[in-house]
Amino acid sequence: MIVVIDYNVGNVKSVCNALRHIGCQVTLSRKRETIEDSTGIVLPGVAAFGYAINQLGELAKLIKKLTLDGKPLLGICVGYQMLFDQSSEYGRHDGLGLISGSVIPIPINPQLCVPHMGWNQVKLPDDMDLFTGLGKEKTFYFAHSFYADVTDLQAKTAFTDYGFAMPAAVQKANIYGVQFHPEKSSITGLKVLKNFVEICLRNE
Amino acid sequence: MLTKRIIPCLDVKDNRVVKGIKFLNLRDAGDPVELGARYSDEGADELVFLDITATIRFRKTIIELVEKVAENVFIPFTVGGGIQTVEQMDEILRSGADKVSVNTAAVSKPELLTEAAQRFGSQCVVLAIDARRAKDKPHKWQVCVKAGTEPTEIDVVEWAIRGEKLGAGEILLTSMDADGTKAGYDNKLNKAVSDAVDIPMIASGGAGKLNHLYDAIAVGGADAVLMASITHFGNYTINQIKDYLASRGLPVNIQ
Repeated sequence: MIVVIDYNVGNVKSVCNALRHIGCQVTLSRKRETIEDSTGIVLPGVAAFGYAINQLGELAKLIKKLTLDGKPLLGICVGYQMLFDQSSEYGRHDGLGLISGSVIPIPINPQLCVPHMGWNQVKLPDDMDLFTGLGKEKTFYFAHSFYADVTDLQAKTAFTDYGFAMPAAVQKANIYGVQFHPEKSSITGLKVLKNFVEICLRNE
Repeated sequence: MLTKRIIPCLDVKDNRVVKGIKFLNLRDAGDPVELGARYSDEGADELVFLDITATIRFRKTIIELVEKVAENVFIPFTVGGGIQTVEQMDEILRSGADKVSVNTAAVSKPELLTEAAQRFGSQCVVLAIDARRAKDKPHKWQVCVKAGTEPTEIDVVEWAIRGEKLGAGEILLTSMDADGTKAGYDNKLNKAVSDAVDIPMIASGGAGKLNHLYDAIAVGGADAVLMASITHFGNYTINQIKDYLASRGLPVNIQ
């Protein structure tokens, strides 16, 4: 059973719908025991970083501990941004610190809108398990104004082009994160979620 | 680089998808849950759902339908129709929508756009504008409200600019003159609005042939094109549309 963390942010339902659609057993919960018993954790989120980390509260410690013990974790959008050390969105906020890096504003470019919203191509490295079977490049749906500047040497990173090479996904051991919304990225996104579910099953 | 979006629109009346001509003569086009799932599977980039019965009063019953549609839609999903308060927006978003679209309520209470943007973020807030060409003024359009039944004195381009300042993250621009005619989008209108704002503009009303979609983007400056008749009734598939636009050099999302 995959647990989707229920912490009072937007879009958790879409993530559950998508996981159910691919035949995955999924529970939306913030109960300690349920999270401990799960085969993998999905941390979704549409919200400002500070709000999200506050809503996560005490669960942050639990998720961090379970992840460091080897449970697969997938962060999506703000859930992905929270994997990093800190964010500067509306003040400075600490993240989970699972991957080194900072969440900072997308640089201003007169040609390009912020938020970065819409479908953009992501170059898919061969060695990132979330992208197994998806080829060299695919298009995913993004909606965000901040991005994670990944500095972790142990993390594999996939990039999209938005006037510069912007990190779009990371993988470090059993920790996975995507800036885009797989639950809103059509069949390609569902395949990413399927790959995560398979990673969890292999880990059992 | 962001791709140009192809967005089918479900106009929903009494729980059925309908499609009319210039907002009148509605014809049944199917079940919203089935059509939504079909478009999501076929590779549409987004889905818009407008409850066209609801412009005067927000209908609670729509929430249930939105929930059902959202269960099978794995692309961004915008819902509009009769939404008047941020609480109603919250309800819509919690039932599975990714964005909400407001039209009449924003005209009567413009600060709604600001409240919504502050609470949910601009990316959630779509300002829908129904535009009708002003009599004797070929380059002026007036904003119409209440599902197009009530013209106002507000100028469309000025309203779009103001909407962006107030917090809208996107403009959904429907030409009432072109709607359902299949004679092409009103690209003078599209160009006037897309030049005036920095946020994305979705062109709506008039799609009949593939080159109409190309023109709305290349001539009208649209970031996305909305369509109903040509995909509901099987004239073209989403893939045919995307292959065509790609063959003419536009960036599109082919899954």
